[in-house]
Amino acid sequence: MKRMTVKILFAVLALSLGAFALIGCGKDSDTIKVGFNLELTGDIPKVGEASKFAAEMLKEDINSKGGLEVGGKKYKLEFIYQDNEAKAESAVNAALKLINQDGVVAIVGPNSSKQAIPAGATCNDNQVVMVTPWSTNPDTTKDRPWVFRACFLDPFQGPVAVNFAAKQFGAKTAAVIFDIANDYSKGLAEIFKTEWEKKSGAGTVVGFESHGTKDQDFSAQLTKIIAAKPDFIFIPDDYNQVALIVKQAHDLGYKGPFMGSDAWGSAELMTLCGKDCIGQFFSTHYAAAGAQGATKEFIDRFNAKYKYVPDDVAALTWDATRLVLQAIQGAGKVDKDIKTERKLVRDALANIKEFAGITGNMKFAGTGDPQKCAVVVQISPEGKFEFKESVCPE
Amino acid sequence: MITGGGPIPEVPARFVLRRGLARTHPRRKAVPRHAARKHHFKAKVPLVEIFQNILNALQFGSFYALIALGYTLVYGVLRLINFAHGDIFMVGAYLAYFVAVTLLGIGGLNLGLHMDPGLALAITVPVTMILTALVGVTLERTAYRPLRRKGADRLYVVITALMAGLVLENGNLALLGASRKRFPDMIDKVIWNLHGVTVTNLKVIVIVASILVFLLLQFIVTKTKIGMAMRGISYDKFAIPLMGIPLDTIIVVTFVLGSAMAGLAGILFAMSYPILEPYMGALIGWKAFIAAVVGGIGDIRGAIVGGFLLGFIEIGVVAVFPSTLRDLFAFSVLLIILWLRPTGIFGVAQTTKI
Repeated sequence: MKRMTVKILFAVLALSLGAFALIGCGKDSDTIKVGFNLELTGDIPKVGEASKFAAEMLKEDINSKGGLEVGGKKYKLEFIYQDNEAKAESAVNAALKLINQDGVVAIVGPNSSKQAIPAGATCNDNQVVMVTPWSTNPDTTKDRPWVFRACFLDPFQGPVAVNFAAKQFGAKTAAVIFDIANDYSKGLAEIFKTEWEKKSGAGTVVGFESHGTKDQDFSAQLTKIIAAKPDFIFIPDDYNQVALIVKQAHDLGYKGPFMGSDAWGSAELMTLCGKDCIGQFFSTHYAAAGAQGATKEFIDRFNAKYKYVPDDVAALTWDATRLVLQAIQGAGKVDKDIKTERKLVRDALANIKEFAGITGNMKFAGTGDPQKCAVVVQISPEGKFEFKESVCPE
Repeated sequence: MITGGGPIPEVPARFVLRRGLARTHPRRKAVPRHAARKHHFKAKVPLVEIFQNILNALQFGSFYALIALGYTLVYGVLRLINFAHGDIFMVGAYLAYFVAVTLLGIGGLNLGLHMDPGLALAITVPVTMILTALVGVTLERTAYRPLRRKGADRLYVVITALMAGLVLENGNLALLGASRKRFPDMIDKVIWNLHGVTVTNLKVIVIVASILVFLLLQFIVTKTKIGMAMRGISYDKFAIPLMGIPLDTIIVVTFVLGSAMAGLAGILFAMSYPILEPYMGALIGWKAFIAAVVGGIGDIRGAIVGGFLLGFIEIGVVAVFPSTLRDLFAFSVLLIILWLRPTGIFGVAQTTKI
C-alpha cells in the first residue's frame, strides 16, 4: 500500500516536471519575447508603473506595424512583466522566472540599483542580456558583459550635484541623509561626500546620517544635521522618503535649500511632498518641461494616453527597450536555440556605439555604460520639473 | 455584572503584584544610565539638541505606546498576541484618509462636502475610531472566535493573527494598488521656536493624546466594572463565565478599545507622516509589540513605558552614535532589558506563555 503511494507521488512529480519542461518549449516561432523585471508593487510602485506604461506604448507602436523586422521577417513582440516588489531577493527570482520559465531573449529592468545589482548578477550568470533603464550605481554593470544600462552613472551624477549646489547656493558646507539599506542611495551618498570634500576641503560634509528603508521618522537624524548648520542638505533618496524627510526638516525649523538626485524624479513626488518640495533642485536624466523633437513627441503621446507627464523612468525605459530591440534586429536572425539567440543579441548590443535616445545621445565605449548628459531641474510652484542646467561629460 | 466582594478583586494577581515594581527599581536604572552616557557626550551634543531630541522621542514614542496599548489589552484579556494589530493600525490610517478626503471634498466618496479642515478633523477622529473598532471586532468574530469556540490551542490563534495581518495588508494592496496616498493637511501647522528647540502644534497634540489615552485606559481597566471583568477573564477564563460575566461581550469590548486606539494612532500618524502605504503598519507594529513585551505585556503601564522607552532609545542612539547603528543598538539595549527581566518591566512571571 505504502509503495503504491510512493509510486503515485513519483508519477505526479515526473508529470509536473514534464509540464515545466513543456512550458520552456512551447515557443511560438513568430514572436519575440522580452522580459521586464519591474517594481510594480512595494516601495516605489510608480516607478514600475511608468516603466510598464512606456513599454506597452512601444509594443503597440511596433505590433501595429506588423511587428519587429529581423532578417527580413516580421516578428510580433511579446512583453512579459514580472513584479520584483522593489526587493532585492524578489528581483533575482523575477529574473530567473523570466529566463527559465518564460524563455525571454533579453530583460529590461529592474530600475532601482537595489534590485538591479543582484538581478544583474543573475542575468550575467545565466548569460541573458539585461538593460536597466534607471540604475545609476556602478556595480550594476561592473565586470558583467551581459548587463547594460540606459542612464548615466553615480560617479558622474555625484559631481554634477556637488558643482551645481556649490554654485547655486554658494555653499561651503553640506549635509547628507541617505538610506543605508539601498545600494543606490548609499553609493551616491558616499560619492557625494568624497567629491564635496575634494572640492571644499576635509570636514565640510558636516552631517552624514543614514536611515532604514521602512523608516518614517527621521527627526533624530535631522536634528543632528540641522544642529551642524549645513548650507544645504543632499538627499539621494527615493521620492517617497524625500517627501517625509523634507517635511520633517521644515517642521524642525530648517529653512535652507535641499539638493536631490534622480530618484526624486517620479511623477508622484509632488502628490506626496506638496508645497514642501517647491523650489528644490535635483539632478536627473531629462526635463519634461520644455523638451523638443522626439522627446516632446514621446511626452505628448504618453500624456495623452496615460494622463500624466512621463517621468525620467518612463523615458529611460523607452530608450532601454529600443536599445534591446535594435540589438535584436542587429543580430540579423532569430535563432531557434534560445541560448544562441541570447548570445547574438548580446554581441549586437555590445556593437552599438552610438544611440540617439529621447533622454539624449548615448555613447558606448566598450562597456555597458553610456556616456550621456545630466540635467538639473528645479521644482516650480506648479509642481513641474523645470530645466535649470545641463551637464555633459567631457 | 460583578457583584463585588468574592474573590474577584483579589483575582488579578498579575496586576496586584505591582509590589514587584519596588524590586525592579535597581534594574530600571538602565534608563538613567543611558541618560548619563548622553551627558558624557555633552561636549559634543549641545543642550538645545538634547531637548529637541527629547521632544522627537516623545512624539515617536507616543505612536509606539498607542499601538502597544492595543497589543497589551488583547493579550491581557485573551493571552493572545494579536499580530494583526499593526495592520489594524494601518487600516485605521487608511480609514482616516478616506473619511478626511470625503469630508474635505477632495476624493473618496463624492458627497459634495467641502468642510472646514478643523471641523472635518473633529468628525474624522471619532468616525475613524468607530470604524477601526468595527474592523477589530470583525476580525475577532471571523478569525479568533471560531477558533476559540473549537478550543484550538493558542498557538493556532497566534498564527491566525499573523495571517489575518497579511490578509489585511495584501487585501489593501489588491483593493487600492501599491500607489501611496497623501494624507491631507487637517490643521494649520504652527512651528514654535523656543531658544532653538522647535515644536509643531501637531507634536504637542500627539504627545498629549497618547498620555490621555493611557490615563483613560488605566482608569477603565482598574476602576470600572468592565475593567474588573477584563482582569478577571485574564486570570481565569473558565471560572469567570460561571459568575455570570459574559465572556464574549468583554472580549468584544477589549477589541473595541484596542482597535479604537489603533485607529487614533492611525489618524495621528497619518497627520504626522502623511504618506500611507499598505505595509506601513508592519514594522511599527512589530516594534510596538517589542515595546509592549519590554514593558511587560498585559500591563497598561508597561505598554506606555515600553513605547516611550523604545522611542527614547531609538532617538537617543541616533543622537549619540552614528545613525547607521540605530536598530542594532536599540534592540541590543532591549535585549539586555529582557535578559535582566524576561517578563518585562511591569510583567510578572507566568507558567504558560507563547
